Amino acid sequence: MYSIEVRDLTKNFNGFKAVDKISFMIKSGELFGLLGPNGAGKTTTIRMLTGIFKPTSGTALVGEYDIQKNPLEAKQFMGIVPEMANAYVDLSAFRNLLLMGELYGIRKKEIMEKAEILLKLFGLYERRNNKVKTFSKGMKQRLIVAMGLINDPKILFLDEPTSGLDVESVRLIRDLIKDFNSKGTTVILTTHNIEEANQLCDRVAIMNHGRIVAIDSPEKLKSTFQSTASIEVAFDKEVKAEELLFGDVVTEVKKVGDKLRLYSRRTGEVIPLLAKYSDSIGSKIISINTIAPNLEDVFVRLTKE
Amino acid sequence: MNFIGQLRKSLAVTKKDLFIFYLKGPVVISGILMPSFLFVAFAVGRNLSFNFLIPGLMSMALFVTASSIGPVVAPWETRMRTFERLVSAPVTLWAIILGDIFASLMFGLFITFFIFIISIVLLGVEIISLSLVAGTIIAAFCFSSLGLLISAPPTDNPSNIMMLQSMIKFPLIFISGVFVPIDNMGNWKFISYISPLTYYTDLARNSISGTSNFSPIIDLLALIGFSILFFTAAIVWHKKSLTKRF
Repeated sequence: MYSIEVRDLTKNFNGFKAVDKISFMIKSGELFGLLGPNGAGKTTTIRMLTGIFKPTSGTALVGEYDIQKNPLEAKQFMGIVPEMANAYVDLSAFRNLLLMGELYGIRKKEIMEKAEILLKLFGLYERRNNKVKTFSKGMKQRLIVAMGLINDPKILFLDEPTSGLDVESVRLIRDLIKDFNSKGTTVILTTHNIEEANQLCDRVAIMNHGRIVAIDSPEKLKSTFQSTASIEVAFDKEVKAEELLFGDVVTEVKKVGDKLRLYSRRTGEVIPLLAKYSDSIGSKIISINTIAPNLEDVFVRLTKE
Repeated sequence: MNFIGQLRKSLAVTKKDLFIFYLKGPVVISGILMPSFLFVAFAVGRNLSFNFLIPGLMSMALFVTASSIGPVVAPWETRMRTFERLVSAPVTLWAIILGDIFASLMFGLFITFFIFIISIVLLGVEIISLSLVAGTIIAAFCFSSLGLLISAPPTDNPSNIMMLQSMIKFPLIFISGVFVPIDNMGNWKFISYISPLTYYTDLARNSISGTSNFSPIIDLLALIGFSILFFTAAIVWHKKSLTKRF
């Protein structure tokens, strides 16, 4: 069963295609990442899925509702943490949660109970009656995420939730995202932090110039790009990079600090060739490491094209 | 769409506005002082009776206060990045606008009530009539709606809206019979008909001194008409400008 079904979703701004006919489906309970450089169309996509922007064309089913035809019904069971959103700084943490609860039509008694649980969960209970303007950035962001959870959402949209935060807040928010996801909440996370997507997501879609250029699990995406596997080697004396191409076995050699990184699809063949080469020039290999392709390599490769 | 449920959400928006924007000492004090200063500036040195001046003061106080804070709410929320959070909740745009109007309306009524009391207790003016009470509530809604309409341009700079607000509000005060009876405007009298303030001032003057240009029914109908027009226009324009706020 799918929580989100997107078909040919497009958004134009004065002739500029911010999102260009994207289609994807997200299973219930999945933790799905939207990855891409700035301006790739991630936030516009989220804004269309959360009913803030009207798509130029295409459809999006969120839960069982078409977000364009039944936005209120769809929003009722969504939790949303918009990018760069703020809580009301002149209200207390508790009043912010109370306001959100009221906007979701939750009964006051229930809001009070949920607010207490969330404030404790996000480490804000002691400061619940303080105005948000006295909070640190990390505390504000924790509150903003808590506000997105006041309605026990079945689908949680998080747009760059950990951007620019301290390590403690990042860990807390990531742990709680995982926790909510493990309890069945479908999570859609946009980020340009590749490691975050790698750690958290079941599947990621990589966006560039308004299009989805790849969509799969992080591991499958990495294995698709075996050419990005590499060997990092350091010699005890300087060597010429072009001598390490070994015909066409190595596709590229890059200098990385005091080491050389050799990119190859046939890494198994490279190691004996390196040993032979070092003997031939009377040099010793100080260190050698094989490096599997990571999501960052995949991301760079896809978004460069 | 559950209409009552949306109205409840409007009240949540109202509560939020009151806490953030209105229930602050300087705001309340300036709400009283601003119309009072304007009133004194125009009344001093002119040989006019309280029965003529008090309706002008009341209408100006209601007009200035009911449309004072409402216009800056949307640009302020845009700047503080709270607006996206608000519109991403399951609440309609009309309910958000209505909530902002309610807060503005309550502030306007509070200040006007204060002037009512002073006029009755200190100046001995008899001003209570059913049509004036009804008209004051409708006019507060009308002026607040005008304020929300003014706030529709998608700026995140409250001072831009304040400037627009001054450009619209001050001329309206001068053409609405607040300080000068509209009969004295000669051939330009017709301009006063496009101002909702004209009808509330006329209604107040009718209730206090018994003189007026229109019947109370006409005044009330005009205020209702302007309210519908401003409220509808505010919703349509805010809807258009919404995506440009982000």
